[in-house]
Amino acid sequence: MALYLAIKEVWRNKGRFSLIASVVALITVLVLFIAALAEGLASANREYIEKLNGELLVFQEGTQLSTTASRIGRSSIAELRRVEGVSAVGQVGFSSAKLLPPDGGDEINISLIGVEPGLPGEPTVFAGQQLERARSNNVIVDEGVIARIGAQVGDLIRIKVNRGTTEEFYNLNVVGLTDRRQYFFQPAVFAPMITWDKMRPESSGQSGTELVSNVAVVKARDPGALEPLIQRIDQEVKDVEAADRQTAWEAIPGYAAQQSTLSTQQFFTFFIGVLVVGGFFQIQTLQKVAQIGMLKAIGLSNWTVGWTALLQIVAVNAIGVAIGAAGTLALTSNFPVTVPISLTGTTALTSVGALLAIGPLGGIVSVIALLRIEPLRALGMAQ
Amino acid sequence: MIALEAINVTKIYGSGVNAVKAVDDVSLSVRRGEFVALVGPSGSGKTTMLAMLAGLLKPSQGQIVIANKDIGQMSEGKRTQFRGRYIGFSFQANNLVPYLTAQENVELLLRLNGKLNRQGRQRAHDLLTRLGLGERLRNRPGQLSGGQQQRVAIARALIHEPEVVLADEPTASLDTERAHQVVQTFADLIHEQNRAGIMVTHDLRMCKYVDRVIQMMDGKVSRTIFDRQAILQLAGSASDLEGVPPSPAAEPASLGL
Repeated sequence: MALYLAIKEVWRNKGRFSLIASVVALITVLVLFIAALAEGLASANREYIEKLNGELLVFQEGTQLSTTASRIGRSSIAELRRVEGVSAVGQVGFSSAKLLPPDGGDEINISLIGVEPGLPGEPTVFAGQQLERARSNNVIVDEGVIARIGAQVGDLIRIKVNRGTTEEFYNLNVVGLTDRRQYFFQPAVFAPMITWDKMRPESSGQSGTELVSNVAVVKARDPGALEPLIQRIDQEVKDVEAADRQTAWEAIPGYAAQQSTLSTQQFFTFFIGVLVVGGFFQIQTLQKVAQIGMLKAIGLSNWTVGWTALLQIVAVNAIGVAIGAAGTLALTSNFPVTVPISLTGTTALTSVGALLAIGPLGGIVSVIALLRIEPLRALGMAQ
Repeated sequence: MIALEAINVTKIYGSGVNAVKAVDDVSLSVRRGEFVALVGPSGSGKTTMLAMLAGLLKPSQGQIVIANKDIGQMSEGKRTQFRGRYIGFSFQANNLVPYLTAQENVELLLRLNGKLNRQGRQRAHDLLTRLGLGERLRNRPGQLSGGQQQRVAIARALIHEPEVVLADEPTASLDTERAHQVVQTFADLIHEQNRAGIMVTHDLRMCKYVDRVIQMMDGKVSRTIFDRQAILQLAGSASDLEGVPPSPAAEPASLGL
């Protein structure tokens, strides 16, 4: 009975219910878009660290886990390798450079990342080969670079680095391609550590005698017991502090502030959605008081009346969410690669799940109102 | 055979000094195939009485027995279920579900009672056709006139073969001609289908279609008119919508048997 009444009412009032489904669809687009933007920006910030083939990152002590401020020398690396539970350690250095497209277009900002061949920090390639030699002009490029300049294995790419007031140009051989590993919103080019050290802009605090990186990536023997390992590293290696990957990317400047801003926006959009859906169904309930009173008077139970309303709310909301989700998917899949929008399965499913809940959440007040309608009062027969 | 019986029914609203006796120790009964009008001025307690007979309101004291069950003792859920099965309703307004067609509105009670099958659909069709709505089966209430809507409500009140059929001011929103048509049809169907019918009305002219008139005053039954001539005289003397004045010559309140 509830299903019958719910379907009949929605079907015979298509205009009214389409309107609220459209509003839900627009809210869905907005929520998914913000979620995709949050995910895209987060990925653009942390992708490399998130996908590292090591569990811990080691920073210079007192630098508040800042990759740009931190300096780790070879002596610290040697000490790290002696810590019990450490399987392998690789140095990783970060700097910025500009990639000159072969067709002469606009320069592209890239993250130039120095890694040690064969050690944690070096990304795994899906085409070509790993960086095998420590001293070479060979590089691995990520999908961000591939998407922008169409780089292939065997190509020669040209980058520009500002050293003080002068510009220096380097020609590098692409030997491997890896998946998206952006860092700090820029596509990544991975060079052997020694090569990177030669190309990077020199800093005033740089040691002249040892190879200095920004961080060290540690692969643990037991990835399930990271906390004791972090404590051992902090105790046994001088002037360093270790952190797991998530702690490290959350410490990226601006990351937490950006994500909390987007989460707030998302929350308020949900909240607006709940109010809009709730308001619509509440108005509808007020318009139907006499009708519901009559239905209860002729024998429809509260259960049937409540289910009818709930089914309508869930169905109309689900239709709106489906339309909105399909629209967002179509929209985001056509964005250029440079736009930081990433609608991953998890993001989409979580958001869609939450959006499906806004209908029942918003409509709960109207369902309660329906259940409280007294037939006598609704029919004007009450004293 | 008695279909409905109210025994010493009282309804008190409020409590203490604010207590108001809307119905005061009323007893009445209605037989199958009998159509009764419940009349009286505003505030006489007739609507409260109808609400209690319909199981929409619990009496403060007394019993209301329909189909051998005291509905005053039932829980709200049970009373709702009971209404769907044993009672047919026609209200003065908001009678129909606006998004269902005339036929679907009538079938609603069959659906509610799990009796909607081919025969049930045919009966709904035949009943509406009998009521002159054969061409309006697929129309929704908004596409029907007030009289047509009342006739659909009458069909709905009777389709599930209830024990008792109740009508609250069924002619309130109709012009004179349509009011007569509706009540006459209602009376004919109650007699034909052997149901017990009670109609609350202000319009005494409609009393000419009933078998008995029960007049209420200040919460009590002030008189009951059985005599056909007296009923016709009452209906004939009413020129407009008015309550029945109390008459010292009237018969005393009784069970109406």
